[in-house]
Amino acid sequence: MKKMYVIASAVAVCALVSSATFAGSNLDSVKKKGFVQCGVNTGVPGFATTDDKGNWEGLDVDVCRAVAAAVFGDASKVKYTPLTAKERFTALQSGEIDILSRNTTWTLTRDSSLGLNFAGVNYYDGQGFLVKKSLGVKSAREMDGASFCIQAGTTTELNLADYFRANKMSYTPITFDKSSETAQAFDAGRCDALTSDQSQLYALRIQLKDPSSAMVLPEVISKEPLGPVVRQGDDDWFNIVRWSLFAMLNAEEYGVNSENVDKLAATSKDPNVRRLLGLEGIKGKGLGLRDNWAAIIVKQVGNYSESFERNVGMDSPLKISRGLNALWSKGGIQYAPPIR
Amino acid sequence: MAAEQRVKSPPAKAAFWRRPVFRSALFQTLLVLALVYFGYFLFNNTLHNLEQRGISTGFSFLSQEAGFGIVMTLIPFSELSSYWDTFIVGLLNTLLVSGLGILLATLIGFSMGVARLSRNWLIAKMAAVYIETFRNIPLLLQIMFWYFAVLQPLPGPRQSIHITDILFLNNRGLYLPAPLFEPGFDWVIAALGVAFVTVFFMVRWMHRKQEETGQIFHTVYISLAILSGLPLLAFFATGLPLSWEMPELKGFNFKGGMVMIPELAALLLALSIYTGTFIAEAVRSGILAVSHGQTEAAYALGLRPGTTLRLVVVPQALRVIIPQLTSQYLNLTKNSSLATAVGYPDLVAVFAGTTLNQTGQAVEVIAMTMGVYLLISLAISMFMNWYNKRKQLVER
Repeated sequence: MKKMYVIASAVAVCALVSSATFAGSNLDSVKKKGFVQCGVNTGVPGFATTDDKGNWEGLDVDVCRAVAAAVFGDASKVKYTPLTAKERFTALQSGEIDILSRNTTWTLTRDSSLGLNFAGVNYYDGQGFLVKKSLGVKSAREMDGASFCIQAGTTTELNLADYFRANKMSYTPITFDKSSETAQAFDAGRCDALTSDQSQLYALRIQLKDPSSAMVLPEVISKEPLGPVVRQGDDDWFNIVRWSLFAMLNAEEYGVNSENVDKLAATSKDPNVRRLLGLEGIKGKGLGLRDNWAAIIVKQVGNYSESFERNVGMDSPLKISRGLNALWSKGGIQYAPPIR
Repeated sequence: MAAEQRVKSPPAKAAFWRRPVFRSALFQTLLVLALVYFGYFLFNNTLHNLEQRGISTGFSFLSQEAGFGIVMTLIPFSELSSYWDTFIVGLLNTLLVSGLGILLATLIGFSMGVARLSRNWLIAKMAAVYIETFRNIPLLLQIMFWYFAVLQPLPGPRQSIHITDILFLNNRGLYLPAPLFEPGFDWVIAALGVAFVTVFFMVRWMHRKQEETGQIFHTVYISLAILSGLPLLAFFATGLPLSWEMPELKGFNFKGGMVMIPELAALLLALSIYTGTFIAEAVRSGILAVSHGQTEAAYALGLRPGTTLRLVVVPQALRVIIPQLTSQYLNLTKNSSLATAVGYPDLVAVFAGTTLNQTGQAVEVIAMTMGVYLLISLAISMFMNWYNKRKQLVER
């Protein structure tokens, strides 16, 4: 009897473990739980921060909201998990979050060996340097022997090493887990310069005790295409995230915004607009969503331009110009495939 | 023999599957098999799932170039070094801070433990205040306190606090001259070795002599004289084969010399001061555990207080102290992983942090890191258990 008991319990344990293996489509599980679990930054103004009421806002947050709007018809059905750079991929791999939208750079390693897929690029960035004006440095080339505050586990760490190796200069890296800690250490003078994606430098600069004492150097030493990430092997979910972003870009291109979307839905004769708003064409069928999914995104979150200007652009304290992030038709490289 | 007879003696032999020996062996084998299978299953299941999700596995990443820099390395390290090197760098940094921490915490702990029992009211109360304060504040807060509140507000490199241009203190660290050993220095080290061996045998001889004849030698003074005299003699004889490399302000930072980075200093201070309180309490409990009669008996024999403490109280107190000391050493080593809070590049920050993040091989990296901590802890506890055995009461 005892023997049977031992074997039975061993089998039971094994069965338990195997039932814990990953299965099922993410769209189904998201629909079942009723919200999108979204991994965001622990706090970078313009990309992911909380306002005074505790609501998340930012360019990265808007991607999550767009996905929730597409899936549930309600952009507020998102729960946020603030993650450090070190934690982010594990959180996504383990299924703790559904989307990682946390200024994450698209690279070959991340795309190919982490079991993840990048769904698009919501911000084209590049790495730069923030230095104290009192240092009297005008270019990164003059910074041989300097020490740099960096966030651990980022492409920034690698680019910095590459840059100094290529220019045969030496440097000392001082790494911290959170970007706010790098700013604090930079402020205290632990390092000569802070290096990060340029967009973040402007955001971190306004957090310094005296923002005017620091300046961003002109050099951009890397390509940093930032975008939302999902797990590999779930193409339906991948498509939803990718096309939620594309819908915002297309809406900007066709002049659809949160204010005129209802009017255009009723009156527009433009076939592009009509397809975007789900009045003709494939509508929501291919994605498994309601027909007017894109219209809801635009209505509740806005088009890309609205989201950009509100969070990081001219309507925000950051005042970042569109630059590379302008539409392809306006001198930038933001380009979304057509909805048809 | 006796067991065999007992088994043989019953007239009707029990069936083999009813025998206790067989039964216990059977169930133990089954249990072991089930455990092994369970482990194998977990391993396989993990591999299967990782593969299914397209996450690469295996240890081949260890030979890839890491491509990032580390602020403090005890071995030569560049951006071209491999991920395996980052592992070694992290491991050595962990061992460094743990080793230094254990040393400092023991010194602080023993002096504070004795001080708390002092008859001097002021000394006893000051020790008590130290212990009760630092023991009851979370370690992480203490690390952050030292780093963000004490060390970071120090002046920058160009306004360093300095002592006659030899020693510089600023918010980038403590800069000291580094010794440069020239060829003849081997002789000095050899002389030091000879001095140690001489002292070892001399002290043994002196103890034996004292036990035989009662003659008292000034062991400490003579040993110190030999230990410092011989190397000094060799040092002068070989023509002063030592020079110093001075730290110098060049460009942005100090170059040359030795540097203790503030991350290390903050972690070390916090770890040793925090753990020191627990060791102090262990020492106090050990000393109080030695009955007062022992001290009185020693005084009655004419031993002076210092000698009494050294020969009578401490050896008996150690039996109580050592087991607690072992746990504190283990705690300190494991707590050193809080380094990541202030950016000290220890094993967790470098290997289980940056390396993990750059390669994404969480299972391998975490397994290696856990394995290392387990090994370090087991090594400490093996050594302390051996030491404990030596100090234990030998009953006759």
